[in-house]
This record gives sequence, C-alpha cells and structure tokens, in this order.
Amino acid sequence: MTAVVAALERRLWFRPSTSWIVPAALVGVALFLVVGSLRSSLFAQQTISGLANGGIYASLAVALVLIYRATEVINFAQGALATFTTYVAWQLMAWGLSYWPAFACTLGIAFAGGFLVELVAIRPVERRGSQITAVIAAIGLLILVEGSVGWIWGNQVKFMPAPFPSHIYNVGGVAFSRQDLSTIGISIAAVLVLWLFFRFTKVGLAMRAAAVRPQAARLVGVRVSWMLSFGWGLAAVLGAVAGMMAAASPSVLLQPSMMDGILIYAFAAAVVGGLESAAGAVIGALLIGVLLNLLGSYVSWVTPQLLLPVAFVVMLIVLLVKPSGLFGRTRVRRV
Amino acid sequence: MRLRRVTAASVAVTVVIAAVIALLPLTLSNYHRATGASVAVFFIAILALNIVTGYTGQISIGHGAFMAVGGYTTAILTHDHGWSDLPTLPAAAVVGFVAGVIVGLPALRFHGVYLALTTFAVALAVPQLAKNYPNFTGGTEGLALPTHSGLWLYEVGWAVAGVMFVIAWFLLRGRTGRAFRAVRDSEVAAASSGVTLAVYKTVAFGISAAMAGVAGSVYVLVNNFVNPDVFGLTLSLYILIGAVVGGLGSLWGVLVGAAFIQLLPIALTTSHISSSQSVPVIFGAVVIGVMALLPLGAANLLRVALHFGSQSRQSSDIHLGTEGR
Amino acid sequence: MGVLLTLSDVDARYGQVQALRGVGLTVDEGEIVAILGANGAGKTTTLRAISGTVRRRGTIELAGRSVARKGPEATARLGVAHVPEGRGTFSELTVWENLRLGAYVRRGLLREDFRRVAEYFPWLEARRSQQAGTLSGGEQQMLALARAVMQRPRLLLLDEPSLGLAPLVVAEIFRIIRELNDREGTAVLLVEQNARTSLMTASRAYVLEVGRVAFEGTSDELASQDAIRRSYLGY
Repeated sequence: MTAVVAALERRLWFRPSTSWIVPAALVGVALFLVVGSLRSSLFAQQTISGLANGGIYASLAVALVLIYRATEVINFAQGALATFTTYVAWQLMAWGLSYWPAFACTLGIAFAGGFLVELVAIRPVERRGSQITAVIAAIGLLILVEGSVGWIWGNQVKFMPAPFPSHIYNVGGVAFSRQDLSTIGISIAAVLVLWLFFRFTKVGLAMRAAAVRPQAARLVGVRVSWMLSFGWGLAAVLGAVAGMMAAASPSVLLQPSMMDGILIYAFAAAVVGGLESAAGAVIGALLIGVLLNLLGSYVSWVTPQLLLPVAFVVMLIVLLVKPSGLFGRTRVRRV
Repeated sequence: MRLRRVTAASVAVTVVIAAVIALLPLTLSNYHRATGASVAVFFIAILALNIVTGYTGQISIGHGAFMAVGGYTTAILTHDHGWSDLPTLPAAAVVGFVAGVIVGLPALRFHGVYLALTTFAVALAVPQLAKNYPNFTGGTEGLALPTHSGLWLYEVGWAVAGVMFVIAWFLLRGRTGRAFRAVRDSEVAAASSGVTLAVYKTVAFGISAAMAGVAGSVYVLVNNFVNPDVFGLTLSLYILIGAVVGGLGSLWGVLVGAAFIQLLPIALTTSHISSSQSVPVIFGAVVIGVMALLPLGAANLLRVALHFGSQSRQSSDIHLGTEGR
Repeated sequence: MGVLLTLSDVDARYGQVQALRGVGLTVDEGEIVAILGANGAGKTTTLRAISGTVRRRGTIELAGRSVARKGPEATARLGVAHVPEGRGTFSELTVWENLRLGAYVRRGLLREDFRRVAEYFPWLEARRSQQAGTLSGGEQQMLALARAVMQRPRLLLLDEPSLGLAPLVVAEIFRIIRELNDREGTAVLLVEQNARTSLMTASRAYVLEVGRVAFEGTSDELASQDAIRRSYLGY
C-alpha cells in the first residue's frame, strides 16, 4: 500500500491520505460498471446477476462478521447452518405450507437454532479452551450439521419450489430476471433491517456493548452471554436468508454441500471488507459477485470450476496489499 | 510445550508401540491390513500438520491440498509415465515441498485467523483445479492404479510413517526445532532474537507439505484410485480434527488422532451403533465434545495421568495470534 | 437512616492470591463512605466483591438481601452502580449511547433522566454524538458518573475517580459527588488514594491494609490522628 502511495506522491505533488484511496477506487469501479452497462446489454445483465449473487454472499458474509465481532470465532459452520435451514424450509413446503409462510417460519426456526447452537456447542467450548478450540468446534459443527442434512434428507438433489413464477423484465433491450432483482432487494432489506436494529434498539445497543467491552457491559446490567447467543441467532437468520435466495437461484441445487462454495465467497467478502466491518463485507460481496460474473462471461479460460480458485486469488491479493481488508483498521503490533 | 527429555520410559514406550505396529498385521485380514495402512497415511498427514500448527503456531486447514499434490504426482507418474510405485514417493515429497513453499510465502503476511481462512480456501480450490484440467489429472473420472496386497500396503505405509516420525523427531529437537518453537511461542520475541522468521516459517510449511505429499502418495496407493473428490475439503478437516483430538504439539497424540479418524467411523458402522449416514453427525458431536471437555487433546490426558498433577487449563499450545482487540 | 450495605467476613481471591481477608464494613443509606489505603491493599477488590466481579466468600447484604452469590448483572438490577477503575466507558460508542447503556436496567421513558443528567453535566448535551473515546480524561470520568446517574442507583461504587486528573477537575468531580448525594440521597462508597479530598467529602472511612480493615472511624477522627494520617494516609 505504501508503495502505491509513494508512487502517487511522486506524480501528484501532494500526499494523498490512504483513507481516500479505497472510496475513490470504489467510485471508479461503480462508474466502470454503469458505463459498461449502458454500452452493452450483456454487460448490464451480467452485472445485475453478479449483484444478485453478491447479495447472497453479502447476507452470509454479514453473518460471519457478526459472529466474529461478538465472539472472535470464525464460524466455519455458517454455510452448513444455512443449508440446514433451507432444507427445513423445503420440508415445510413439502408438508403443504406455501413459500412465504415457510420462509417466515424458517427465519424463526433459524433464530432459535442459532441461539441453541451457541448455547450448547460453542459456549462450553469457549469457557474451557482458547480461540483455536472454538474454531475447531466450529469445524466439528460444520461436519455435524452437514452430516445431519445428509442423514435426515439424503444426499440426492432435491427440487426447491420457486417463490414466484419467473419473469423477465425488459428495459431498453436488456433482460433482467425477477429472481435476480428480488434477491438484490431482499439482501438489501435484510442488511438494512439489521443495521436499524443495531442502531436504534436497546437490545441492539446492548449487543454492541457486549461485543466491544463485555466487562463494562456486565456492570451496567447487560447479560453478556445471552447477547452472544442472540448474536448467533441473528447470524443464523441471515444465513437462512442467504440459503433461501441461493436455493431459488437457477445455478444452485439443493443438496447438502450447497453452501460450501458460497461460504468461501462469503469469507472472501468478509476478509476483503475487513473482518470487523459489516459494511465492508457487503461491499466486498457485491464486488466479488460482479467480478466473478464478468470474468466468467468475458474471459474464456475462466470456467465454472475456476471461479472458486479465482475468488481465492482475489482474496489473496487484497490481503497481501492491505492485510486488514479494505475497511479494516490496521492493527499495530507493539513489541 | 515442554521439551521432553529422552527418558528411558519414553524410549521403552516407543519400542513397545513400534513392536505392536510391526506385529499387528499377522493377526489381521487383508482388508484390515489395508485399513491399517490408511491409519498410517493419516499418521503421516497429522504429523505433517503438527509441524506447521503444533510447533510454529500457524494454522492450516488445507493439508488435504498438499496430499492431493503428492497423490496426483504418484498417480500421474505411475499411470502416464510408467514409474514404479516407491520411487514416486520422494518425487511427491519434492513436489509437496515446492507447493508448501508457494503457500508458505504469502502466508508470511497472514496471521492466525486469516491464515486459517486462506488454507480453507486452498483446500476447496485445489480439487476444482484438478477438475479443470482433465487431460493432466484425469478430471472428475480420475485415474485408476494397480492394486497391491494389504500386507504390502501396511508395510510400506508404516515404514514410511516410521521414517517420517524419525525425521520429525530429529527436526524438532535440534536447532531448527527450537527455532520452530520460538516462532510459536512468541513471534515478536523470535523476530527480535534474530531468528530469520520468514525462512523458518516457509521452511516449516515446505517440510510439512512435503510430508503431506508423501501421505497423499501412500493414500493413492492404498485406494488404487484418485479423483478430485478423494482430496476434498472433508479430508483437510479430518486431518485437522485428528491433530487436535490427539493433541497438538504432541508426537504421541498423532497416533491417537490418526486412529481416531480412521477407526471410529468403522467401529461405529460395524457395531451397528449407527448407519454410515450418521457417522459425520456423531463425528462432529465427538469433536465438539472433545473441545469442550478436553481441549488439549488426548495427549494431554495421558500427560495428566502420568503426572497425577493438575490439568493445565486454558493454555492451549496454539495461539491464533490476534493480540489485543 | 437504615443500613444499606453490610459486608461481613468477606474473603476474595484472584486465582491463588488472597486479596481480601475477613473484610467487614457498612454503608448507611445516603452516606458517603471512603475506603483508603496503599496500592494493593484491596480497595478495588472490595468494590468488585460487592458488584460481583470477583470470586468472593462471606456475607454481603444489600438492604437486607444477600448478594454474595450474584454477578454484576444482578447487582446492577438491585441498584448498585459500579464505576470501575478506568471508568468502564464504551469508547467505541457515542456519549449518547453510553448514557442509554447507563439506564439499561431501568424501565420506562428516560426523558426525565436525561434532563437530570443535563443539569449535572450541561456540556454533555452538545457532545451527544461524539465518540466517547475522544473525550478528555476528566470528561470521561464525568461521563462515567453521568452514566451512573442514569441508572438511579441506591449505591454508587466509585473506584479512584480522581486518578490521572488535574486538581481542578478533581475538585469539580467531588463537588458533583456531594451534590448527587445531597439531592438524590444516593449512598456512595468511594475508593481513593487521594485521602485528603476523600476525607473532606466522606463522613466515614475505612483504611485497608493487606486485605484487612486496619482502621475505621469518622473522617474527623481519622484526619485528626496524626499517626494514622502519616502512616496510612500519606499526609
């Protein structure tokens, strides 16, 4: 990063503070996307569906950030939990419930599930062990939950009913699918609701307090351990939203390993944004979604199998240039 | 982690265990001998992971990828180029070492959590790469290899395991070993005491990956088959679990861990306690339980039993390096 | 005036280290009591024992109810506001959010409380959206007090409120403490190294030494005994 700044310094006669480079770059990217979309309908379509994918990744990424900020645990099981809740929704629909009521029930079940998981699986581990044991426990949880899905529902691909009949909107010669647009809308709504919750409600404030200063929070009467379980519940709800949207997407099949790849993209997004910033995670997710879609369409050697390695390389590059992510704070390690 | 002196007791125990391992196949069927060989595979893989995670404090959830690299080396050399089996093992080690250095170099910039994520992504990405270049790797269908008798596999597996064990033991006791432990216990202190941090970290990764590569080779020989899914994410996760359940940073824990991940599922299914579908569920639950009750792994249990002393609480041998929030 | 807080034969440990041995004290409703003593004497630990943030044994009663097994979340709900060493401010949150957190255990509308707080600390209103960590040391201490006021506690535990602050600021803070005590009737248990100012504010004091109560008495008594003043109170 300093090398880039130094190079710019030589060119511009003033020293740009590093803090505006990232927003400037983002604005540049946004302009690029808009101009490209105006000039090519394929570009516009791929951008929109890229944003839709990004919305899915964003929901999962925010869930990861939520849990990481509250408990400093990387929840490797987030994707598996999302898969589980999606199967629950499938089951509800198989039993006769229609889509949106099933969706709503699933969110409630997801909250309860996340809450219980923290209570039963994570809290005992955190009390006894260090951070790494919590991470290992999360991995154990991943295996357990993904195994449960296979055990209860079997490994065959299942058919997930669609929320509404598919429809193509035609705007100026560009085709947008209703599915993509609703995914974008739902993701924005989910993240927005969460933000409002944290900003304006008493419980949200208590959760933030518990995350930044647990001891001080206890002194004002906040039951910190309940707040952590609550956080896991909320994260599970976000994961459920991501899972439902993924299942509705034509390129994703309902099977136990459904969210494995998406989890990586979500991790990449969270890491790119800086693990402690939800806004960063959202932006990172949208960027990754659009980038992968555009690469897949325009670069011939990028096959569907290569998308994951490509995402990985992107994550790697960002981490090498700015280790704390685009929006993270650089940690100074004092000797 | 305390440096155990070469006590008479530990030598005796080593000899006894080695003897048991050497004599065991006489009592086993061909099938079970092959199973014993897969325990050896995981022994080597967990040993490899221990070199990185247990002794240098860096965490890797991607060792399945290194096994893949070694395994495919063996498969391609024997299938396409007519090599015979055993010479491919050193080749796999070399390729593994290179891969380890390639991963280890950027890993220098990452700490704790970020490294875990990166290796997790590597574990998922490498099978995808294998699928993408089918001419080279046989793609999703994979490559089939000639079979071997269970006894041969067992002997080769455990011979290699023994060699690896000795290498690891010498590595971790000498100057390199002290350097590794210095890195783990305090990066900052190690850096200021003149240990060329970058070199040691990268070398650790390289050696670890080389070992994992050899494990992958033997794995391929045992299965006489290779395809991308063989080396999927689950493999990397199971290796980590074996290392942790056995006890990170402990050479004996490696044996316990390898036995755990290979034998427990088999024990569960054959005794009809559970169907094969539910094995991962029980596995995951056991892992969580072990983390909750015995975070330092089985090896710590042994240490406690031998010393009748207070169990070392809270201090895991590993820190993920996120100092101060 | 009844007795609000009773400690009797209280022990407390940090791991293997015994920090308090058989400490006993009382605080009446509406009183200001000081705990004095050298560093490491156990003053902070005593407050922690009351709010429940340290492992302790013994009798601790708040208005007749035992709180010896309760954690800080519960004691906060029983009317104890503990302002710890380092103030316990949420630096990452705004002034406004800190105040809201102060009232976490309270129900009902808080408008009345904000008004009262504004009376004591008029400058807070203008700084509502400022991040608490960017306030000066004295301002943070006052924010901590303001947060405690929001809680409407029966008992206020203050740990070294004057630490690191300039004399003028210290005087202001103690003035506010006295005012709080006068107007609201809040009992205050004050831990301080600054014995002189404490004895001017408190009516009674306990002097701790190595985890035990070495002396107790009214402020006048303690201030007038030269031997005690010089050996234990440092002036």
